[in-house]
Amino acid sequence: MTLISKALVRIANSFVSVLGSLILVFCIIYLLPGDPVLSMIDPSVATPEMIENLRRELGLDQPFYVQFAEYFTAILHGDFGQSLINSDPVLPKILMHFPATLILTLTSTVFSIVIGVTLGVLSAIYRNKWIDILARLVGLFGISMPTFWSGILLILIFSVNLNWLPAMGSDGWKTLVLPSLALGFVGAGLIIRMVRTSMLEVVNEQFIVTLRAKGLSERVVMYRHALRNALIPAITIIGMNIGEMMAGTVVIETVFSRQGIGRIIADAIMAKDLPVIQGVIFFSAIVYVIINLLVDLSYSVIDPRVRRSH
Amino acid sequence: MSQLLDIQQLKVDFTTKDGYLTAIRDVSFQMKAGETVCIVGESGSGKTVASKSIMRLIDYENGKIADGNIRLNNVDLTQLSQRELRAIRGKKMAMIFQEPMAAFDPVFTIGSQIIETILAHKQSNKEKARERAIYLLQRVGISDAELRLKQYPNELSGGMLQRAMIAMALALGPDLLIADEPTTALDVTIQSQILQLLQELKTEFGMSILLITHDMGIAAEVADRIIVMYAGGIVEQATTLQLFELPHHPYTHGLLQSVTTIDSDRSKELFSIKGSIPGLSDLPSGCRFHPRCPYATERCLNEAPPLLDVNNRKSACWYSEELVKSDSWKKPTLQTTSGSQRPQKKEQSREKLFTVQELSKFYPLGNRTFSGTSSFVRAVDNVSFTIEKGETFGLVGESGSGKSTLGRVLLQLEKASGGKVLFQDQDLSKLSNKDLRETRKHMQMIYQDPYGSVNPRWKVGDIIGEPLQVHQSLNKKEKRIRVQELLEAVGLNKNSSERYPHEFSGGQRQRVAIARAIALNPQFILADEAVSALDVSVQAQIVNLMQELQDDLDLTYLFIAHGLNIVRHISDRIGVMYLGQLVEIAPSEELFKHPAHHYTKGLIGSIPIADPRHQRELISIHGEIPSPANPPSGCRFHTRCPAATARCREEQPLFREIDSGHWAACHHPA
Repeated sequence: MTLISKALVRIANSFVSVLGSLILVFCIIYLLPGDPVLSMIDPSVATPEMIENLRRELGLDQPFYVQFAEYFTAILHGDFGQSLINSDPVLPKILMHFPATLILTLTSTVFSIVIGVTLGVLSAIYRNKWIDILARLVGLFGISMPTFWSGILLILIFSVNLNWLPAMGSDGWKTLVLPSLALGFVGAGLIIRMVRTSMLEVVNEQFIVTLRAKGLSERVVMYRHALRNALIPAITIIGMNIGEMMAGTVVIETVFSRQGIGRIIADAIMAKDLPVIQGVIFFSAIVYVIINLLVDLSYSVIDPRVRRSH
Repeated sequence: MSQLLDIQQLKVDFTTKDGYLTAIRDVSFQMKAGETVCIVGESGSGKTVASKSIMRLIDYENGKIADGNIRLNNVDLTQLSQRELRAIRGKKMAMIFQEPMAAFDPVFTIGSQIIETILAHKQSNKEKARERAIYLLQRVGISDAELRLKQYPNELSGGMLQRAMIAMALALGPDLLIADEPTTALDVTIQSQILQLLQELKTEFGMSILLITHDMGIAAEVADRIIVMYAGGIVEQATTLQLFELPHHPYTHGLLQSVTTIDSDRSKELFSIKGSIPGLSDLPSGCRFHPRCPYATERCLNEAPPLLDVNNRKSACWYSEELVKSDSWKKPTLQTTSGSQRPQKKEQSREKLFTVQELSKFYPLGNRTFSGTSSFVRAVDNVSFTIEKGETFGLVGESGSGKSTLGRVLLQLEKASGGKVLFQDQDLSKLSNKDLRETRKHMQMIYQDPYGSVNPRWKVGDIIGEPLQVHQSLNKKEKRIRVQELLEAVGLNKNSSERYPHEFSGGQRQRVAIARAIALNPQFILADEAVSALDVSVQAQIVNLMQELQDDLDLTYLFIAHGLNIVRHISDRIGVMYLGQLVEIAPSEELFKHPAHHYTKGLIGSIPIADPRHQRELISIHGEIPSPANPPSGCRFHTRCPAATARCREEQPLFREIDSGHWAACHHPA
């Protein structure tokens, strides 16, 4: 199969995933306990008729499948509904705040890859030397520290004590540094471990012996050959990690008082603003599927066995 | 004459958790320019360590040269830094390895890996290096060299990759080529082709070859001189003619007796050296071979014999001189008449155990949703034969011929695409799952890899006891007793049931696998390459055990293997498979004496002969087995057959009886 037809299959699969997540999100919200209408108006003031009217207005008196069909049609038209709190349309709101979250996620990803791959490789090459012990320690901390804690720690050190970087806000690159570090640290921990393990596996492969027997320098053997092979399993982790980091923005954007869809959904959950919650979850699902699609396709670029398997 | 390679008193240590472990010691030998020297020995003899030490590759594996010198063109390699060594590796000396599939980096093209080698030694620019790569690939017999250059290792067959490996090794015209078991992972037909190629290139490139092998046949065919290693030291060194004519060391003597040939007496047990090679951490005192040596004395137990000059050669045995004069020593070499007589087989019952009718197994190829066309790999294609009760049916053929698939379909481990398998007149594919499970008691399997086929976290007793638990309701005590019986039956200590697989050697593990297979008193055992991964002396032990068990338990075997001599020895009848079809079936000796199909003839002709006086045409079948997804028209073998005519290209030959019990599918049987 050619690369293109493979990509087409993957893209088709992605659409199925998106549809599945839409159904899932809708069902979860539908099954949630609590009446959204009652959270909108105070039942002690409103008459039963008023409540009934509002319910009808929102279409919440319709059976499940009708509600879903309406929601689905609206989604196809780009209409994610309106906020129950202030009647703002959901999609424009998401789109307005998504770039900030995307940038945060990307910088965190870049940070986690740079730290993760570098330390992972060094750790494998200098196995059981001090640099390996250091890298493993960094990895352990990365995995074990919750982001809200490491976030606060970073604020304490770099904003409060050293006064180098701002503790909050979302204007300018300076405000991006600390949240990216806090968020990327978790991913870095995972990547360090993954790259280390897979490097150690690769350097024991027969072909490494061949490369040395050819008279290549250790630098070429390690960085040109071993690393590229070791990255193949690491890519899976990196891809999964991007999703994790998007989820992590919910906490980080709150801790650092940043704008973004993580913050929006946190606020919406507090306010029981169902259309917003639904919209953000569905939107995130789409982004997640796209990321996974890109990861899948990047395999074909890096691993010829995937590219041209018969 | 000056020496190309001069190794003196080499000692190599490896760092382990428990301190230093000496892998080889007192290894001294020389090689002249243009010479082919073979190092032979079983696994654990230190032959690979010796070859890797020359390249100083052991430095990367926690190894270090503790003592001695290695001089290549009078440069002492042990004194060089890694940087200086890099200039010599790949240029003055090059190496090829056992598994060509694993020896190339999978994510770079063949071309870039060859070019990279040339450029690393700053011999030319990129364009010239590319031209050189194309020339080399063509020279080693790879067609469409320019296309191959751009392909990745997974797109080439094993034989093709080994050729490419050789091309890469020759890129800078080395003086010394080290080949570590270069053909062990390949089919016997491809093995011949590679050996022939190495011979040609040796003269053409004016290099010396140090060949590491466990196969005495290969050593006999290509070596000028042979070095025999055992447990980390050299035990004998002689010219090939000398060694095969009259081995001087009891170990060499045993190795040569273990060789099965195509004219050995099938009614005799295979000769095997008792015991197995010791581990590096518990080497015996004195002569390291003494626990296995039938001639050992008190002196051998206490004093290690040095490699002494005896009769113009070297042998590390106190008694070489006396031993070679004795009559019992001289007779047995080169003819395996030494094993003890096996009990006469009972009269064949002629009762059919398995009847296979027009059996096929196709695997769909690729994803059919987009490409639209549906193509299949015809792994097994319309095969019919029977296996009689109490016999051993051998199945041979190159990899890709469908032998293993046939075995698995026979046991219903995979569902047939067409045809029937009758087990005692019962159609297995018609059975319900419950009935099939019940029937499975009667058919068991032994696998190739004794390391992969037993659960490493289970005790041996539990591994052997599991089938009993599944199929029989024994209480704890009965089960324990039965497991002990089984352990004894396969020649293991009956108290070893509490031990774990890793505490056993490869041969012993294979015994565990056999004990598990016979636990339920099955009628039939499928042995798929069951002895292929074992050393020659261990191989003989396992084959003897299997034959003993067959006599005692009235077993029927389907014995799949690519080692033709072993199959000949153990089988009553043999089927030859090619591209999913049976092309010949005949009684074992008849098949080897009068092969009718040209493929069978070629296979037999490809077997290396452990007799340096016997010169054969190395290549007997050209080319490689075609893809089973797109088999040739007519007779599938016609593309490689020396006797093919126009008829063979068009008309598929019928599988017919050409002599009593001898079937072949050929228009022009030999």
